[in-house]
Amino acid sequence: MPGLRVGVLVSAIVVAAALLVNSSGAETNPAAQGVAAWEQVYSVLTSPRCINCHTATNYPQQGDDRHRHVANVVRGPEGKGVPGLNCAGCHQETNADSTGVPGGHNWHLAPLEMRWQDINDRPLSSAAVCRQLTDRSRNHNLDGPGLLKHHEEEPLVKWAWNPGRRPDGTARTLPPLTHEQFIAATRRWVEAGTPCPK
Amino acid sequence: MATFQLTVNGQRREVNVDPSTPLLWVLREDLKMTGTKFGCGISACGACTVHVGGVATRSCIVPIAHIGDRPIITIEGIGNDAVGRAVQDAWVDQDVVQCGYCQSGQIMAAVALLKSTSRPTDQNIEESMGGNLCRCGTYPRIRAAIKTAASQINKGGA
Repeated sequence: MPGLRVGVLVSAIVVAAALLVNSSGAETNPAAQGVAAWEQVYSVLTSPRCINCHTATNYPQQGDDRHRHVANVVRGPEGKGVPGLNCAGCHQETNADSTGVPGGHNWHLAPLEMRWQDINDRPLSSAAVCRQLTDRSRNHNLDGPGLLKHHEEEPLVKWAWNPGRRPDGTARTLPPLTHEQFIAATRRWVEAGTPCPK
Repeated sequence: MATFQLTVNGQRREVNVDPSTPLLWVLREDLKMTGTKFGCGISACGACTVHVGGVATRSCIVPIAHIGDRPIITIEGIGNDAVGRAVQDAWVDQDVVQCGYCQSGQIMAAVALLKSTSRPTDQNIEESMGGNLCRCGTYPRIRAAIKTAASQINKGGA
């Protein structure tokens, strides 16, 4: 019965491999894998292209040094500035590379309940941002698949990977992952149940 | 170069310019409308403010190719609007202007504020006008003029 012997051998190998992987913990722990994926997501969310418009203050930020937006720009009641000084008064539907002004559809600040910084402009911890992002009372009632879709399709999210040129003509810095990597990490995190770090 | 059809102060205008040309320079150089001023060139001072599609816009940093079919109103045309007329009258009444260089941008921003908020608070004025700089320091008179214009508008004078 050579076929039976081969089958038993294969089963034994699979069980042994499973035991080996189990002994190392995170590799087969969905929550741990999810948290690891979340940390990749967090690395993007806290990059300047994203976090500059997720402030806890009355103003957006600019640049890789995340300085306060010039021209005394303020948040306004809807996160779109105020009459006379609206976001749309400079930021058009697409980047204006000849003048160095970034643009995208519906350019605006994230609402305060979606802030990823403290009032001193320091990024919140990974755990705090994760809790905020998964709190459906503060994320436009998005569940895991909704968050994934948001990351895949929202124009201002996608803008982070097409941020245009600075006024000096140099390219703006991109987030630390490609959009494809960001989506893959978000998917792994969502499939793991959107776990958050402790 | 490309041809663009614009509506400026209610009139159709055609220009043939590089698509990357900022609106400011189309207005000043091609249409010879020099009321709109070049200040900083980086949208930080507000001297170049015009209205594009009703939004106060920094014309120095918006390429002409981004304008589309949105109507443009400049300082040369704002007096045809009731709120604009009230603001210009208030500017004269309060003798706001000193050197005057920034004032066309100040007026355009003030009109945008009053069209949205007919009874602006001091905070509204500070926030909306905070991006328009005046090196002569006419800010107190600008504030007074906005309040004068608001009174006029709310009395039904505009």
